[in-house]
Amino acid sequence: MKKEDIIQKLPYSKPFLFVDEIIEIDDDHIKGGYTFLNDEYFYEGHFKDNPITPGVILTECMAQIGMACFGIYLLKGKWDEGEWSVAMTSSEMNFNKPVFPGEKVIVIADKVYFRFNKLKCNVVMYNADDILVAKGVVAGIAFKK
Amino acid sequence: MTKEELLSKLKIIITPYVQNQEGLKNLTENTDFIKDLEINSANLVDVVLDVEDEFDIEIDNEAMEKMLTVKASIEVIEHKLAVK
Repeated sequence: MKKEDIIQKLPYSKPFLFVDEIIEIDDDHIKGGYTFLNDEYFYEGHFKDNPITPGVILTECMAQIGMACFGIYLLKGKWDEGEWSVAMTSSEMNFNKPVFPGEKVIVIADKVYFRFNKLKCNVVMYNADDILVAKGVVAGIAFKK
Repeated sequence: MTKEELLSKLKIIITPYVQNQEGLKNLTENTDFIKDLEINSANLVDVVLDVEDEFDIEIDNEAMEKMLTVKASIEVIEHKLAVK
């Protein structure tokens, strides 16, 4: 499956799509990127007059790249948006740096296992300066609706 | 391996994934992982993977789908051990 095709198959759309590109992908890892827009909807309230990307959104971005994109690839053609859905089932995350509006982030996910349609990965997020933003473990499951 | 030994090993495996500790205290053969122990379906996968490691067996999709109770899990493990 081609990298561009995977993003087309994602079950998300704006304003909740946090994947711009997949840079690398194979059976063991994925590397992808997203640039947070200056006018993402959550900056209005997080925080008042001090826009910073919420940690849950960073986690979501890591899950969309490291779980959803990677999982669709690992399902090797079985994925069908009409029939299948995904759910994040656990996450454990540490955050090291804030991400401001307009910043680009890179997410790398390394597979721990993919069994019975459950994918568990070690994930890291870096900013454009190659500084660690967040690091943790996420797991999710793909299932027929 | 006796059924008691198997049960005690299974109990150790499931313990980290149990959300309802009362259910764990009252563990019987009829205990249902999801209903009685409130293990989520994603963590059932972890239970199955830990069972594979502990007993050195391979669980396929069909067997995995059966492993929803203590009784069914013990049956699957006993069967896989027997054909090993």
